[in-house]
Amino acid sequence: MIYLEAIITLSAIGVGLTILLIIANKLFGNYGTCKVKVNDREPFEVEGGGKLLEALYDHNIFIPSACGGQGSCGFCKTCVIKGGGPLLPTEEPYLTEEEQKNGTRLACQVKIRNDIEIQVKPEYLSIRQFKATVGQCKMMTTDIREIHLKLAPGEKIEFRPGQYVQVMVPNKKETVFRAYSIASVPANDNEVELLVRLIPNGLGSTYLHSVKEGDEVTFTGPYGDFVLDESADSELVCVGGGVGMAPMRSLLRHVAATNPQKPCWLFFGARTTDQLLYEAEFKAMAEKLPNMKICYALSEPEKCPDWKGATGFIHESVARELAENASPSRQAFLCGPPKMLEAARKTLQQKGFKNENIFADEF
Amino acid sequence: MDIFTPGGPLLIFLAAMFTSNILLSKFLGMCSFIAISRNMKTAFGMGVAVTFVTFCTAMLNYAVYKGFLVKGSKFFGDADLTHLNFLIFILVIAGFVQLLEIIMERFTPALYFSLGIFLPLITVNCAILGVSLFMIDPTLNFNFVKTSVYALGSGMGYCLAICLMAGIRNKLKEADIPEPLQGLGSTVIVTGLMALAFMGFTGMVELG
Repeated sequence: MIYLEAIITLSAIGVGLTILLIIANKLFGNYGTCKVKVNDREPFEVEGGGKLLEALYDHNIFIPSACGGQGSCGFCKTCVIKGGGPLLPTEEPYLTEEEQKNGTRLACQVKIRNDIEIQVKPEYLSIRQFKATVGQCKMMTTDIREIHLKLAPGEKIEFRPGQYVQVMVPNKKETVFRAYSIASVPANDNEVELLVRLIPNGLGSTYLHSVKEGDEVTFTGPYGDFVLDESADSELVCVGGGVGMAPMRSLLRHVAATNPQKPCWLFFGARTTDQLLYEAEFKAMAEKLPNMKICYALSEPEKCPDWKGATGFIHESVARELAENASPSRQAFLCGPPKMLEAARKTLQQKGFKNENIFADEF
Repeated sequence: MDIFTPGGPLLIFLAAMFTSNILLSKFLGMCSFIAISRNMKTAFGMGVAVTFVTFCTAMLNYAVYKGFLVKGSKFFGDADLTHLNFLIFILVIAGFVQLLEIIMERFTPALYFSLGIFLPLITVNCAILGVSLFMIDPTLNFNFVKTSVYALGSGMGYCLAICLMAGIRNKLKEADIPEPLQGLGSTVIVTGLMALAFMGFTGMVELG
């Protein structure tokens, strides 16, 4: 008898709770259809209860998001005019006080529970999704792979040098996007070239290191705010290390092709000679162009006895080589690990760079 | 009844909050205590959420216990089903938290979002299960009033401890801590010192 009673008790409580939860979910968890209005566009309808970012992606509005909607990158900032609900504790760390006041939210955290009106940068509306085929791939160092993604014939991607794309990483649970800078030049608009460093257990990098020629890869883009000053007399200074080479390679090759008189610098830092990227190519380029100067520096030269170039951290090379000049049109593009960028930013400021002219792309 | 008699509601409340503090004397609920005590605001949010859920689930579990489980219960009086305590208490806690989440998200989104991220953590918070298990300790022989006071006191004790911890950690941000002890190391040491301080009260008020 006691066994029966035990089973009855347990089942009764389990079933009772389950029924209660099902009813509660039916009653309270259903938001009906909601309208989403983006800028001045015609509103579209979505099933309520979902995340704003996902709804936007489903309707081909690809605002940047590097972490795949986990609220850890802070890229998907969106101005919510109406119907966003209260600010969440998960968003607060990513928003300045001013942004919190003017209604900026993280689209990946906002749940659509009623009609909602948002404002996104107009340029985001031109971001598209591309299905590309993997072309040539090459290992550049032990862990950095150069990958060419060819668009379908006739398709074009318009971007500025220094921008990036987001590659869709197929994942069992949900679609995840990872951001990679474009290394190719805008003139070559039928493909994008990426440099990907393999991060152990990294979702995006393991995927992109495993794709083979002919595989299909989906990405969205282009993203990124950097606008190159195209005038021929303003100086461009690129400082970076590792896969930070990608956007700099796009910028410098673009300058070499379209604006060969423009003064520019490439500072590239690595630990050892194994980690140098495109050294020969840029040396050859600098020889042809009188105003392009390059500097590769090793921080652990004692391991490479044959090295004849600069040594030390890359910001030390910047301090040594770069002239002081307070010209307001001078631009700097930094891309590399955070510590390197921090040091480089300080050095550049000492050299007369205005903070707003230093663009940093951290990874 | 004098409110200061040993085993009276007021003393049970004080004992649950201070001398038998669920965190600092029984070391239950340590994972959330360490993870959420980085800043005061979230610590307080967690504390309030735990207090509320502890109180409500203790009430529910008390009803289930007296109604079904204990020998001489209302429905199955002749059977002693107390060996199902763990399973059923966990079920009730999980179900309640889930229900609370659904209701709060709909009707009080502001409150939901300030507590919301802590609610799922609470489902597996051992402090809450602990309270439900301690309250049925036959040596204490709590009635309904005493149980509710004990649960409320325990929850508030958790809230107090986690807020104190957040305050101390806030101070420690400025301190020059040796590298190996930064983060978890110093937090656990501080927890130990706090537990010692709370032990000082032990002789003054006791649960039973």
